[in-house]
Amino acid sequence: MRFRFKEHYDQDIRLFADLADGLRYGSLLLGAVLLPFVLDDFLLGEATSVVIWAIAGMGLMLLTGHAGQVSLGHAAFLALGCYVNAILMNSFGLPFPLAFLLAGVISGLCGVAVAIPALRLHGLYLAIATLALSMLTEDIIVLAEPWTGGVIGLTAPTPEIAGLVIDRYAAPDLFYWLCLGVAVLVTLGYRNLLRSPLGRAFIAIRDSEISAQAAGISLARTKAAAFGLSCMVTGWAGALMGHFFYSFNHEVFTIILSIQLLLMIVIGGLGSIHGAWYGAVIVGLIPQAINLVRDAVGTVAVPGLETSLFSVLIVLFVLYEPHGLHGRLTKWKVWLDLFPFCRRDMFRRQKSYLRTERFR
Amino acid sequence: MTLLETEAVTVRFGGVVALHEVCLQVQSGEIFAIVGPNGAGKSTLFNLVSRFLDPDTGDIRFEGRSLLAQPPSAIAGLGIARTFQNIELFDHASVLQNLLIGRHTSRRASLPAQLLFLPSVRREEIAHREAVEQVIDFLELQPYRERMIAGLPYGIRKVVELGRALATGPKLVLLDEPASGLSVEETRDMGFWIRDLRDRMGITVVMVEHDMNLVSAISDRVLALSEGRVVVTGPPELVQSHPEVVSAYLGDAPEAVK
Repeated sequence: MRFRFKEHYDQDIRLFADLADGLRYGSLLLGAVLLPFVLDDFLLGEATSVVIWAIAGMGLMLLTGHAGQVSLGHAAFLALGCYVNAILMNSFGLPFPLAFLLAGVISGLCGVAVAIPALRLHGLYLAIATLALSMLTEDIIVLAEPWTGGVIGLTAPTPEIAGLVIDRYAAPDLFYWLCLGVAVLVTLGYRNLLRSPLGRAFIAIRDSEISAQAAGISLARTKAAAFGLSCMVTGWAGALMGHFFYSFNHEVFTIILSIQLLLMIVIGGLGSIHGAWYGAVIVGLIPQAINLVRDAVGTVAVPGLETSLFSVLIVLFVLYEPHGLHGRLTKWKVWLDLFPFCRRDMFRRQKSYLRTERFR
Repeated sequence: MTLLETEAVTVRFGGVVALHEVCLQVQSGEIFAIVGPNGAGKSTLFNLVSRFLDPDTGDIRFEGRSLLAQPPSAIAGLGIARTFQNIELFDHASVLQNLLIGRHTSRRASLPAQLLFLPSVRREEIAHREAVEQVIDFLELQPYRERMIAGLPYGIRKVVELGRALATGPKLVLLDEPASGLSVEETRDMGFWIRDLRDRMGITVVMVEHDMNLVSAISDRVLALSEGRVVVTGPPELVQSHPEVVSAYLGDAPEAVK
């Protein structure tokens, strides 16, 4: 058991609690950077997909896990980022960095526009409204044929940064590093937000809108900021996804993608950046795990196996570990830290008291 | 000096008249208690001041300015903090975070500055923390600083909620039943704190409370409400012995009926 002696408020504010913590995350980052030297091209592609999922997951985590606004429509913002990025590069000839930035910004602005009706919707109703948004987007992509290529879709041009051609197939390592760089920047920005007033305001509107207002937090502005930032990050993930898939059409961004994204952060653990990453790893690795097992057993492909395995995981997590993978790992860590003094009911939450819903 | 003033406010919920032409004046630096049986309109009065409700008629003034044009989120910035009858804390955050959310009105950093966590944001965070630590010291919350609200006992949550109200740096606090559900000892502590925050911090207190012992021990003036109407306003002993207050709480004694 160790005790962290605190002498300065900065110890609660800085990025890493102590040197060991910093080294841990530093070595993790180093490992991630060195991954292309270890993995073959196929596995590196899978790793890239995990990183892109993590970016999208962080986008949704910000909105759902921290600001408490459920969205079943984030595939719409993935699509928006993906198409805007490709259209800006194809039709307007913008260089990749500019098109990429704008794809996020435009998605974010659309997110703010969605936040205005969302101000009046709570919980289930918001989920239904965003679900409708996701379904609409599929149709809009088909209808806006001159721009989106309709059912045929578009191809994403090869990104180029300052003369460096980042071809997803010819240079998978460069593309992986690009995605990793974006992911690290998003993670840092997310972490900074959480230790700032706005991040606390998100938590406040999630837990009690009424006392958030009494503490001086404007619901409209805070929700608009949550939707804006969340959709911006999701838009970036979408743009990277477009380059990753190379060619895409409306069928990529279905309602299933929205649901998968939401369930991913539930499995990872709502309300933490870790949760978004854990969820992305799980979602990214399930197909690989299935392939490994199939190769070992030697059976033919079972249709729907991936989806059903995913569903079983969800059911198990919701029943036995609502705090997700991150919650489970935290519990193990505390158990080890306190060994042998950890009590069994340490994490059992006290029943919450009667809450006022009068102003909903 | 009159700090908070309501002028003939009336609130109707359909056919129910929750408040009928209620006038009250709270002087700066006093502890003002509002008593009355359930459904008398006490919490409605608080929700009017917090701007969660609009009055049908009448006006509410704070420091001489009408509050009616203000949205609920602007009230804390004017210097009015409040607690809730059924404790409205941020359950999945620590005590420290809850108190820091109380500092929201004094934040300065822009969104880009927060995303980059510039040195100015760090300095501001440390200043917020220092302000919050003073509240923690005042309310003796040190042992619970890092604890999640969801695991705390009821009595401590009440204190944290008071702390969050104090963290906003208010001129006036509205306490909705600060002693409900507290043990005798906790109630006494709460009474000391309420008196101290007036004496030492110069904060004016308006509280709704059912515990008449606490009310008569600490309040300067008491307003009795019954069925949305002001019965009497005055010093605690006068209000407590007022026949209409007694009948509102206990009902008319049979021999008093003609």
